[in-house]
Amino acid sequence: MNMIRHSLPDTLLMGYAAGTLPEAFNLLIAAHVSLSEDARARLGAFEAVGGSVLEDEASVAVADDCLEQMMARLDSLPQANARAAMQPDEIFPAPLADYMGRGLRWQSLGRGVKQAILKTDSAASARLLRIPAGQVMPDHGHKGTELTLVLQGAFIDGNRRYGRGDVDVATEETQHTPVAEAGMDCICLAATDAPLKFHGLLPRLVQPFFKI
Amino acid sequence: MCFPWDGQGLTDSITDMDWTALVFRVRDHQDRAAFAALFRHFAPRVKGFLMKSGASDTLAEECAQDVMATLWQKAHLFDPTRASVGTWVFTIARNRRIDALRKSRRPEPEDLPWGPEPEPDQAEVFEMAQETTRLGAAIAQLPEKQRQLIERAYYGDLSHSEIAEETGLPLGTIKSRIRLALERLRHHMS
Repeated sequence: MNMIRHSLPDTLLMGYAAGTLPEAFNLLIAAHVSLSEDARARLGAFEAVGGSVLEDEASVAVADDCLEQMMARLDSLPQANARAAMQPDEIFPAPLADYMGRGLRWQSLGRGVKQAILKTDSAASARLLRIPAGQVMPDHGHKGTELTLVLQGAFIDGNRRYGRGDVDVATEETQHTPVAEAGMDCICLAATDAPLKFHGLLPRLVQPFFKI
Repeated sequence: MCFPWDGQGLTDSITDMDWTALVFRVRDHQDRAAFAALFRHFAPRVKGFLMKSGASDTLAEECAQDVMATLWQKAHLFDPTRASVGTWVFTIARNRRIDALRKSRRPEPEDLPWGPEPEPDQAEVFEMAQETTRLGAAIAQLPEKQRQLIERAYYGDLSHSEIAEETGLPLGTIKSRIRLALERLRHHMS
C-alpha cells in the first residue's frame, strides 16, 4: 500500500457509508478506498454507525406470512459467488476499470490535456483527466464540490503535493491552479456535482461543448 | 433442532457473537432455524429503516425480504473480524435502497485478495463484537439533537454538505480494530 497523504473528509466517507451520494462521487470514493487501507478502515467505522442506527431503529413489524413466504423462497435462491473479479491494473483500481470497460472516448481540451467522461447518474459527473507533465491546469472556480483522485504522476496545488491515491477536495470558495508535476503525465479521476467554470476566454467557449 | 432463541421476544439478550454463530450455521449447514431467528430480528429493522428512508410499507417489506435473501446467499462472504452482523445487514439494506429507491448504482471498493477466513480467530471476533456494542452505547448517549442528525444522514435526509464536519462520534477505537483485522488478514496471506 502506498502512503496516502490527503484522504477524504469524514463527511464524504459517511455519505458513502450511508449510501446517499451521487454515483460519480461513489465511484471516486470506491477507487480511493481500493488504494487506501486507512480509508477502508474509516469506511468500516462509518458502516458500523449505520449498523447501530439500523439496530436501534423503531422496527416495523412484517406481515404475518412474511417469514413463511421467505422460507418457501430459500430453496430456489442460487448461492451467490464472490463478485466476478473486476481486473484492476497498475493505474486503474477495479471499480474504475469496470466503468472504463464500457467504452471510453478521450477528447482533447487543448494544450495536451485530455478528458474522458464516464457514464454515471446525472446528480454529478465523473471524468478521467490526463495532463502532460509540467502542464498547468486551466484556472477554475467551482459551483459545488469537486473531488480529484490522483491515479498516476502527481500534481501540485499551492503548497501541497498530491500523489497516487491522494484526493484533493475543492469547494465553492476554492480558486486553485493545479500543476502536473514534471516527469510523468498526471492521470486523475475528477468528480463534481456542478459544472466547472473556467476563467479565460477559450476554455469558457470549450466548456459547454465538452460537458465539463 | 431446537434453539433457545427460536421464539419471538427472546432475541433481546442475544449478542453479536450469537448472531455471528447463526450466520455461520446458515453458511455451513443452510440451517433454516438459524435463518428464521436472524429474520425475526433483522427483517423488521430493515423494514423500518427503509420506510424512514421513504419506502412505502409494501416496497419496504419486499426489499426486507430481498435483503434477507442476500444474507442467505452471501453468508460465506461475511467477515466477523471486520464487521458485526448488524453492520453487514445494514450494508446490504443500504445497497438495496440505492437500487430500489434511488435507482442508482453503487461502485464498490476492490475486493480484498485475502479473506474472509473460514475459521476466524475467536478472540478477534469477540473484540470486534465488543467494539460494536461500545459504539452503539456511545451513540445512544449522544445528545438527542446530535443523534437525530446522524440518523437523518443515514436515512438520506441530509446531503454530504449538510453533514457536520465534527460528528462527535467516537470512532477511533473501532477504526483501529478494523485496521488491525485488515493487517492481520494481509499478513496471513502473504
